[in-house]
Amino acid sequence: MGELWIIITASIVALNAAILGCFLLLRKMAMVGDAISHAVLPGIVVAYYLSGDKTSGLLLLGATLTGVLASFAIDFLSRKAKIQGDASIGITYTFLFAVGMIMISTMMNGNTDIDMECVLYGDISLINLDKIVVDGNLYLGPRAFYIEVIALVIIGFSIGFGFKGFKVLSFNEDYAKALGINTNRWHYALMTLVSLTTVFSFEVVGAVLVVGFLIIPPATAQLFSTKLKQMLFWASVFGILAVIIGYYLAVWMNVSITGAMVTVAGIDFFLVLIIQRLVDRKKRSTTFAAPEFITPTPKNSVE
Amino acid sequence: MREACAIEVHNLTTTYGGAPVLWDIDFELPAGHIIGIIGPNGSGKTTLLKTIMGLLPASSGYVKIFDKDLEQIRHKISYVPQRESVDWDFPASVFDIVMMGRYRKNNLFKRTNKTDLEIVLQSIEKVGLTKYKDRQIAQLSGGQQQRVFIARALAQKADIYLMDEPFVGVDAATEHSILKLLKEMRDLGKTVLIIHHDLQTVSDYFDYLVLLNTRLIAKGTPQEVLTEENLTNAYGGQLTLLAKVANLIKVNQFPIREKDVDL
Repeated sequence: MGELWIIITASIVALNAAILGCFLLLRKMAMVGDAISHAVLPGIVVAYYLSGDKTSGLLLLGATLTGVLASFAIDFLSRKAKIQGDASIGITYTFLFAVGMIMISTMMNGNTDIDMECVLYGDISLINLDKIVVDGNLYLGPRAFYIEVIALVIIGFSIGFGFKGFKVLSFNEDYAKALGINTNRWHYALMTLVSLTTVFSFEVVGAVLVVGFLIIPPATAQLFSTKLKQMLFWASVFGILAVIIGYYLAVWMNVSITGAMVTVAGIDFFLVLIIQRLVDRKKRSTTFAAPEFITPTPKNSVE
Repeated sequence: MREACAIEVHNLTTTYGGAPVLWDIDFELPAGHIIGIIGPNGSGKTTLLKTIMGLLPASSGYVKIFDKDLEQIRHKISYVPQRESVDWDFPASVFDIVMMGRYRKNNLFKRTNKTDLEIVLQSIEKVGLTKYKDRQIAQLSGGQQQRVFIARALAQKADIYLMDEPFVGVDAATEHSILKLLKEMRDLGKTVLIIHHDLQTVSDYFDYLVLLNTRLIAKGTPQEVLTEENLTNAYGGQLTLLAKVANLIKVNQFPIREKDVDL
C-alpha cells in the first residue's frame, strides 16, 4: 500500500509540473522555472522557522510568495535595469538560494527535520511517515498526497478556466497586449502557479528535480504535438510514465527514486526524438521517390 | 469637405535606453486609405506602430484614434506583428491562431460562440487558407503564415489595421493577393497602415505615405513624398542608395516598373 501511495503522489507532482511546464516551454521560459525552484529556499526556511512545521499552510504560502518575488526581481532586472535576460535569472536565483543556504545553517542548526538535502532532493520514500489518520485508526494516506491534490485542483482550475489567456500569452504576447489583455497579470498568475508547484512538491521530489518534471515531459510532447491540448495531454502521460517506470527501476536497482524517475523522463525524451527523426527521414525519402517533375505541384500555390 | 482623421500622432517622442528612437513625430492620417510607412532600417517604423498600439510607452506626446484615446477604441484596431516575432513551431492549427482574433479582455473566460466561429471561418476563407485550416502552423510556407496573421486581424472586425512588414518573405503571387484583399478593405472604408521596406513598389501600393527617419521627413501622396530631396534626407548619403533613389524617382515620374533592379 505504501508503494502505491508513493507512485500516486509522485504522479500528481508529475501531472502538475507537466501542465505548467508546457506553458513555460512555449514561452521560452524553461529556465525561469529552474530559477523559481531554487529561489524558494529562503521562503521555505523562514516559514519553517516561524511555524516549526514542514507541511503547514503558512510555510507553503510563504515560500510560494518568495518564488513570485523572484520572478518580479528577474523582470525588474531585465526590463528596468536592462540586464540581459539570462544574466538577470542567474543573479536572482543564485543570490536567493545562497541566502537560503546561510539561513539553513544558522537558523536550523541541529534541526534534523529540514536540511539542504531534504529541500534539494526531497525524500519520496519517507512520505508515508507523515500520515493523516482520522479517529485514531482510520488511515487516509500520506499528508504529501493531500498537499499535491490541493495543488492539482488549483492548477487544473486555473489552467482550465484561463486556457485562452495562457494560450494567447504563450503564442504572441505583443498581440495579447494589443487586444487590451493585461499580460502582466497573466504572466504573474503563471509564475505564481509555477512557484506553488515547486513549493508544494519540494518535500516529495525536491526543489531541483522538480525542474526535470517541469521541462522534460513537455519538451518530449512538443516534439510531435500539433495542438496545445494534445501537448498538455502527452506531457502528462510522459510525466506519469516516468514516475511509474522510474519507481520500479529504482527499487530494482536500489537507487534514488526521484533520480530514477527523472532519468527515465530523459531517456523517454531521447527515444521520442530518435523515433521522430527516423519517421521524418522515412517520410522525406518517400516524397523524394515520387516523380515530382512529371506532375508539378507547386508547394506554395496560391488559390 | 475635409477627410476624417483616423490616426492623429501629436509631438510623439519615444526613447529606448535614453536615446530617442522617434523624435517629435506629428501627423494626421486620413481614414479609408492604404497608408505606407517607409524609412531606412532603424528609423523607428516598428517603434511607431508599437507606440500607436500602446505596446511601448511614449516619452512625450500622444496618439488619438478617431479623436479618442486608445483604451476607449482599442477594439476597433487590429495589429499584425512581424511574422518573425513569433515561434511558428507553436502547437496550434491555422484555425486556433485565427480564433485568437476573437479574444477580448472580457471574453477570455468564456467559451467561443457561434458568431465567433463563423467570423473565423470567413476570415480564413478570405485569405484562401480554408484547405489548410486544420494544419499546424509550422507546416505552412512563409506566405501562408503571413496570411494566417492577416486572417487573424480580419477576424477582429476592426476599422484600423496596423501591419508590420506583411510582405516580407512572401512570394509575388501571395503579395498580389494580400494587396487585393487590402484594397477591398479600403473600399469598405477601413484604414490600413503598413510598414514597407521595398521602395520599388511603394507608389503602386499606397495612396498615402509617411517617410520616417527618427524624425518625420515627409507625408502625403506618393508624388509629394517621393522627391529626391525627401529621399536623400531620409536615406542620407548612403552611396548605393543614391542610385536607387534616382531610379525610384524615375519610376515615379514614368510609371514603368523595373522589378529586377537589385542593389
